[in-house]
Amino acid sequence: MLFGEIKKRLSSFRVGIAGAGGLGSNCAQALVRSGVGTLVIADFDIVEERNLNRQFFFLDQTGMKKVDALKVNLDRIGSGSVIIVHDVTLTREIIPGIFAGCDVIVEAFDRSDMKLLLIETVTREMPGIPVVAASGLAGWGGNETITSRKIDKTLYVVGDESNEVSDELPPLAPRVGIVACMEANLVLEILLNSKNGQG
Amino acid sequence: MKIILNNRPEEFHADTHTVDDLLRVRNMTFRMRIVKINGVLIDRDKYASTYISEGDDVQVIYLMSGG
Repeated sequence: MLFGEIKKRLSSFRVGIAGAGGLGSNCAQALVRSGVGTLVIADFDIVEERNLNRQFFFLDQTGMKKVDALKVNLDRIGSGSVIIVHDVTLTREIIPGIFAGCDVIVEAFDRSDMKLLLIETVTREMPGIPVVAASGLAGWGGNETITSRKIDKTLYVVGDESNEVSDELPPLAPRVGIVACMEANLVLEILLNSKNGQG
Repeated sequence: MKIILNNRPEEFHADTHTVDDLLRVRNMTFRMRIVKINGVLIDRDKYASTYISEGDDVQVIYLMSGG
């Protein structure tokens, strides 16, 4: 398929991204560059200097809301994607409304309790909508340990499924970026394989 | 019973297990997890009352922090 055709097909889709940190910001960048039509991004956090070791933000954006800074950066790519942002803390109650109409939802949180909440809520409240989740990306090296697993038609997991972040095993740009781009890659696979092509 | 656990065939002595039994027998103690049986999400408060039997496709997914 020519890139023009890929972009044309992707332009009809809407992808939700839950979290605008290391996973969400980098996954969003890859999806926008590929030509996904609409991204819906939700996060409550503010850009801090310590985020810059892995997140798609810049020093002069510290103090900004992550979703606002990310929208600026994604719009600068100039691919024509529509970026809808929500400055909110995602809860069981609001997740279905925020991500209504999304064809795929990317789990891009840092905390494991939030990962659990997103997967459980979408599975229960938005049946049939695929979730692409990340689990295990701390530290460095070990390329061969990072995998992508299809659990079933509505759940995919990317990561080493083993390493939790800690002071001694922090999240760093390469592994976080790898997992974020693997999430984006799975999203493209799901969208380009889908039959109806509806956004 | 023979089941598929995380995409791999596994055999257990018992004819049936609850989700709790399975997690204990396999020492899957990490608490931040999703359990699905044949594609159906199992509520955490149903682990003791949900039975796994011959041929079931069981997925136990650990959600590690970091992002």
